[in-house]
Amino acid sequence: MYVAVKGGEAAIDNAHKLLANKRRGDVSVNDLSIPQIKQQLSLAVDRVMTEGSLYDQDLAALAIKQAMGDTIEAIFLLRAYRTTLPRFNFTQVIDTSAMRVERRISAIYKDIPGGQALGPTFDYTHRLLDFSLLVEENENDDSHLLKKTDVGIESSISTLSDEATDHLEKYPRVLDFLQQEGLLPASVNSAQAVDDITREPLDYPTSRSARLQQLTRADEGFLLALGYSTQRGYGRTHPFAGEIRMGYVDVSVTVDELGFDICLGEICVSECEMVNQFAGNQTQPPQFTQGYGISFGFCERKTLAMALVDRSLQAKELGEATDTPAASEEFVLSHCDNVEASGFVSHLKLPHYVDFQSELALVRKMRKEYFVKNTENASEDSATTKTQSQYKSEERTNG
Amino acid sequence: MKLPVLVEQPILQVNNVNKLYGINRGCQEISFDLYPGEVLGIVGESGSGKSTLLKSLSGECPPEVGDILFKALNGESLNLYEVDEARRRLLMRSEFGIVKQNPRDGLRLSVSAGANIGERLMAVGNRHYGDIRGAASSWLQQVEIETERMDDFPESFSGGMQQRLQIARVLVTKPRLVLMDEPTGGLDVSVQARLLDMIRSLVTDLNLSVVMVTHDLAVARLLCHRLLVMQKSRVIESGLTDQILDDPQHPYTQLLVSSVLTP
Amino acid sequence: MDEPYNFAYLDEQTKRSIRRGLLKAVAIPGYQVPFAGREMPMPYGWGTGGVQVTASILGKDDTLKVIDQGADDTTNAVSIRRFFEKTARVKTTTVTEQASVIQTRHRIPEQSLTSGQIVVFQVPIPDPLRFIEPSETESRKMHALEEYGVMHVKLYEDISHLGHIATTYAYPTKVNHRYVMDPSPIPKFDNPKMNMSEALFLFGAGREKRLYAIPPYTSVNSLDFDDHPFEIQEWDGVCQICESGDSFLDEVIIDDDGTRMFVCSDSYFCEQQKIKKKECKSMLLASES
Repeated sequence: MYVAVKGGEAAIDNAHKLLANKRRGDVSVNDLSIPQIKQQLSLAVDRVMTEGSLYDQDLAALAIKQAMGDTIEAIFLLRAYRTTLPRFNFTQVIDTSAMRVERRISAIYKDIPGGQALGPTFDYTHRLLDFSLLVEENENDDSHLLKKTDVGIESSISTLSDEATDHLEKYPRVLDFLQQEGLLPASVNSAQAVDDITREPLDYPTSRSARLQQLTRADEGFLLALGYSTQRGYGRTHPFAGEIRMGYVDVSVTVDELGFDICLGEICVSECEMVNQFAGNQTQPPQFTQGYGISFGFCERKTLAMALVDRSLQAKELGEATDTPAASEEFVLSHCDNVEASGFVSHLKLPHYVDFQSELALVRKMRKEYFVKNTENASEDSATTKTQSQYKSEERTNG
Repeated sequence: MKLPVLVEQPILQVNNVNKLYGINRGCQEISFDLYPGEVLGIVGESGSGKSTLLKSLSGECPPEVGDILFKALNGESLNLYEVDEARRRLLMRSEFGIVKQNPRDGLRLSVSAGANIGERLMAVGNRHYGDIRGAASSWLQQVEIETERMDDFPESFSGGMQQRLQIARVLVTKPRLVLMDEPTGGLDVSVQARLLDMIRSLVTDLNLSVVMVTHDLAVARLLCHRLLVMQKSRVIESGLTDQILDDPQHPYTQLLVSSVLTP
Repeated sequence: MDEPYNFAYLDEQTKRSIRRGLLKAVAIPGYQVPFAGREMPMPYGWGTGGVQVTASILGKDDTLKVIDQGADDTTNAVSIRRFFEKTARVKTTTVTEQASVIQTRHRIPEQSLTSGQIVVFQVPIPDPLRFIEPSETESRKMHALEEYGVMHVKLYEDISHLGHIATTYAYPTKVNHRYVMDPSPIPKFDNPKMNMSEALFLFGAGREKRLYAIPPYTSVNSLDFDDHPFEIQEWDGVCQICESGDSFLDEVIIDDDGTRMFVCSDSYFCEQQKIKKKECKSMLLASES
């Protein structure tokens, strides 16, 4: 006698226990520490902060630990945590021109004031597995102190440049030079209010601020693929990397009661400004156009991809074709959030048997009718039925 | 060709319509009246502004200057671009018909021929499947498409059939005004002839008022009562078709007429 | 204490903004109201919309029932019920008639709902036009201008190609003679329950960030043709546990040979029917002796 299945609660509890075991793994192996993740998996931490939309390295590291290294799961954890945080103020806009630069390059000029400062980059490494990393450093061995090099950013400048005493003068914005010459539209401080996509749902067509917010928290892989598609011909925008800079910027807040700004500290950001295909018409002289990307930490690939997609999404405003995936605003912005995407894709795991039952019933009914009909037809004389291709050839002669 | 009976009120009044994209590109200072049962042809070379004018007439593209007044079924005179969007879209679906040059632009390719014809009926509230199918069937007959093709997709139709299907789709709600953009463009001569005959019968049978854009003077002669000749965004001559084609006054019209190949 | 969370997890400001959205939804039956949905502790697609609606309307004195596929003990229903037990400490129940708020996925309870009850639906895709017109800018216009011809085109195509309307769940309905609404993936079997119900129906789509509602005593008509009227599903047999012949039945495969049996999807309803049948039988026996 069939008895209705019960026991969902117990099953869930046990699943949680199994997960806890799997997360910890072999207990004879050291437990991962948050400082270890922060220090030695910093790029994972940066990605989780960027797409989690929360700048907190410890929490991001915790999320990575809890999620067993699954970045998208970690991003989800951080976003869910963010929901619970009250918002009590806004910072001033960060000034990336005043960045304490750790890396700064430009592909559009051979040399620039400040030089091409390579910084800590994978760029010119040879992708050969370094087997010396298989062995953990021994705390008692001083050799690790010798390994850690003591160099500053200046030593990684690949081009010769003059000495400069002040950081601000040392790394002027490359695109400023283009703007001065009128080759790029001047930056304007828009009077438009800045949208907040965490307080209002996206509305199409989107404002620039909403669009950039959505892109900065978007899945890096998705933007990477879309950016790649524009380079391969799906809506070419002729991009050049005008400037890529990564480093630390101050964060300040205006406190009403005090009447002045307080600097809360600094955060690490990466920024990319692409210079793109020029546009002009009869009333305006030709100028370059640009795309913008920004992220927390050293998410360089993300900022490049974002800048490519940002430019691509300007197609409509610039009078370009919008029929490519990267230029379709609704397509890009509705599907770029990996928390939404992964939730909905994985929801297919939930029981759907009631709806499936409805489909089963219909398909069975239709099959029954089909077989009944076919046995009837087989017993009749069948007149030849014309195929569609026969019709078409007739049409060509008759018009 | 039977001349239409003139009724006092024009069904369409176009007053000083301008829509320019550049110097003398687009249309400007266009004014005319269209009476019920009339077929008005707009002829000229490509780039003369014919299509721009048609886009403005169809409600797709507001003119910069001027207005377009349509006499609705209830006698109301509606300013096409002053009525609200809902009303305008409804007009475009029921009292207007727009036949596009490329039938693929005017058809829903993802649904069957029958659904293409039935869509407008469903859009205005028809809820009887049998009736809708019946109407689709009778329209297929009217445009000379075999009714067995009702459930086939337009992709499988030839160009001429797709055009006839588009016409059926447009006429099913019995619009009083039909705008046609080069309806026979891109079709073989023999296919054209059949289509033109069909259009001519429909116009007479249904007492349609038509504004037809064409660069083909033979089509104009066959179907249109009156012509507007356009050159570089302006109407340079207008009048009865026979008059214009047999005795053109303006040098440009003379050039147009003389360059038509005669068999 | 232990949990640093507000009652029912969401902060009061968020609840207020969702309630404002719900009021607008109730004022315009069937109309999709955009709202600023938040990330919740469960993934998008797993009921965040329903959870946000429930969290916004739940009060200390409410009694909550949570079902998925009609049953209280399916895993996701368990998970969501626990969530509210933990964050709101409200009374929860499986007894439909005692619940003041019923959060559901894919079913409406079998027994008639009464005035004062609220059903909260979890919605994956709120827009019935979505799969016909993927662009939201265009579909919004179509709703605004009541341009629903394409919906009937879809039904027409089904009938002409398959002989039947092929939609069996998430069956589109016209609400209050104005907006076409997707009732969430409930089987069409449940559609009639929404028409002129005493209860209030609220719909939450978390990922798509839309709310909509059917106030009590609102007309809800499933789209159809006059000569192909809307029909609900039927089964050849009855529930093999409680013998009900007018409830939605789940198919269960019970052995390797593929032997099937059918049981009520609504687990609470099934229990009640079984009890009633038993009582009836014993009363009959008593009256005969």
